[in-house]
Amino acid sequence: MVQRRRLLDFLPHLILMLGVAIVAFPVYVAFIASTWDAATISNGSMPLRPGPHFAENYYRTIFIGTSSSTREPVGTMMLNSLIMALTIAIGKIAISLISAFAVVYFRFPFRMTAFWIIFVTLMLPVEVRIFPTYKIVADLNLLDTFAGLTIPLIASATATLLFRQFFMTVPDELVEASKIDGAGPMKFFFDTLLPLSITSVAAMFVIQFIYGWNQYLWPLLITTKDNMQTIVIAIKKMIVTQDALTEWQLAMATAILAMLPPVFVVVVMQRLFVKGLVETEK
Amino acid sequence: MSEVRLQSVRKVYPGGVEAVKGVSLEIADGQFCVLVGPSGCGKSTLLRMVAGLETISGGTCSIGDRIVNEVEPADRDIAMVFQNYALYPHMSVYDNMAYGLRNRGTPKDEIDRRVREAARILEVEPFLERKPRALSGGQRQRVAMGRAIVRKPKVFLFDEPLSNLDAKLRIQMRVEIKKLQRALATTSIYVTHDQLEAMTLADQLVVMNKGQVEQAGAPITLYERPMTIFVAGFIGAPPMNLLDMPATGLPGLSLATPVSGPVTLGVRPEHLELSAENGALAIDLTVTAVEAVGAESYIYGALGGQGPEIIVRIPGRDLPAIGASLRAIARSENLHFFSRETGIRLN
Repeated sequence: MVQRRRLLDFLPHLILMLGVAIVAFPVYVAFIASTWDAATISNGSMPLRPGPHFAENYYRTIFIGTSSSTREPVGTMMLNSLIMALTIAIGKIAISLISAFAVVYFRFPFRMTAFWIIFVTLMLPVEVRIFPTYKIVADLNLLDTFAGLTIPLIASATATLLFRQFFMTVPDELVEASKIDGAGPMKFFFDTLLPLSITSVAAMFVIQFIYGWNQYLWPLLITTKDNMQTIVIAIKKMIVTQDALTEWQLAMATAILAMLPPVFVVVVMQRLFVKGLVETEK
Repeated sequence: MSEVRLQSVRKVYPGGVEAVKGVSLEIADGQFCVLVGPSGCGKSTLLRMVAGLETISGGTCSIGDRIVNEVEPADRDIAMVFQNYALYPHMSVYDNMAYGLRNRGTPKDEIDRRVREAARILEVEPFLERKPRALSGGQRQRVAMGRAIVRKPKVFLFDEPLSNLDAKLRIQMRVEIKKLQRALATTSIYVTHDQLEAMTLADQLVVMNKGQVEQAGAPITLYERPMTIFVAGFIGAPPMNLLDMPATGLPGLSLATPVSGPVTLGVRPEHLELSAENGALAIDLTVTAVEAVGAESYIYGALGGQGPEIIVRIPGRDLPAIGASLRAIARSENLHFFSRETGIRLN
């Protein structure tokens, strides 16, 4: 009995460990590659232990950049990506909270029409409407600006729907108690609704930050100047075609650096998730 | 003064459903008024109209000397206790009670004084810093009451506040609510579907049915002289025996003074006694079931062997056998006659 138990305990763990290894190994290799010099990597015999060039490679990546195609240091690009991802995430959450609040708590003409229009935009991600959106941004002279980079990505049906669903679970009595307690609509929003939504907001922030950070197509189109580039595009640009020599150690360092902020956000927010799950309160 | 006056108040929902059909009611200053009735009778809607949470479709509602039809809930000087308490889950007990005062710009030390006083009265002082989820149902109930009393409103509104508590706690809280209301002498309107709660709490008991007031008055008056069949059947437990009397009379039932026309005869189980003699009403029944609840027992019998069911309450536990034939009599002052067509009291 005990034997079988152990086996049953062991098997799922083994599968999980294999899964982790499969996911983590390429990341490990990328990290190792970022600590060797270009020659060692390109001759195909890179060892699987950290090399001696860690500080040098990362210093060059962050503050100087590659010697060829992208001339900006990765530090600038990380900052660009960070501004873009934060603006998108915070903007999406703010606008979705307010629109969900309007749709759930106010009776105005064409309320359901407004809701369905928001709903329908689920079918229109940036890739579908890319040409008209580009045209608008270009006509507004927003190319190569953070506004052009972020505003078209901010409107979000997903977050609006999520918050709407959450708001509908908040008991009506809380609204009524607030009314009797003399709190107007916005006071109710900030004093009661927002504190109650904090875990949904955290969840949305994680999802939307990563969404914003990983944007590729839109920044590729909107940004032409080197100092406006985002890190995801930079990785692609660093890996140059056959004849030129790709500086793999820098490309790998950039990839590792590009991974850090989303990982950081997930790790930090995960604690809030758990807290939110334990203290479910409505 | 803070009397509440309703004048032919109506509520028509979009779609044409008329939930409240012209209710006129006067609740004197400091009076405890209980609205009772089956679910869907409009009692909660009426309360919510007084609170300002529902618009009033017709008629007027005034609190004190002011007609409040168009006044916001916050400006009506009322406080409400909800069935699910509606405490703000993210605020401490203290903040829950202080929130309404803060929104009104009450000075800080005044808020503190009032909250601590309410907490002392309701015995929730040890929990002031806790969140509502860390409290038991009874404690949450107290906090909800505390939130109402710190405001010192003109009117308290209670919407089935005890329904979520267990039976023992419900009785305890019922007594406390009554004591508190006596001490504060604040006009109160209390909605419940529990007739025992209604009987024990009310100064003025209002029985509602289908959006209308069936009868309003002192609880004992409603018990002794129900003006309609509905009130007769609703007030009292076990319910009053109601017998539809055909013109030819019912087999097994004899009245000292016969009645004419289609009437319904009502007699309470506690007003029937077992006796071989003749009274104003004498009924012969065959016992079908007996229930002993301790100090008293209930006998269920079929009138005249196979007629409608009659309940007789007898003191003690001296129970007859199932199938036994019995005679129960009642005195004339305990007989209620209602018109079968209109449901209105005749005697």
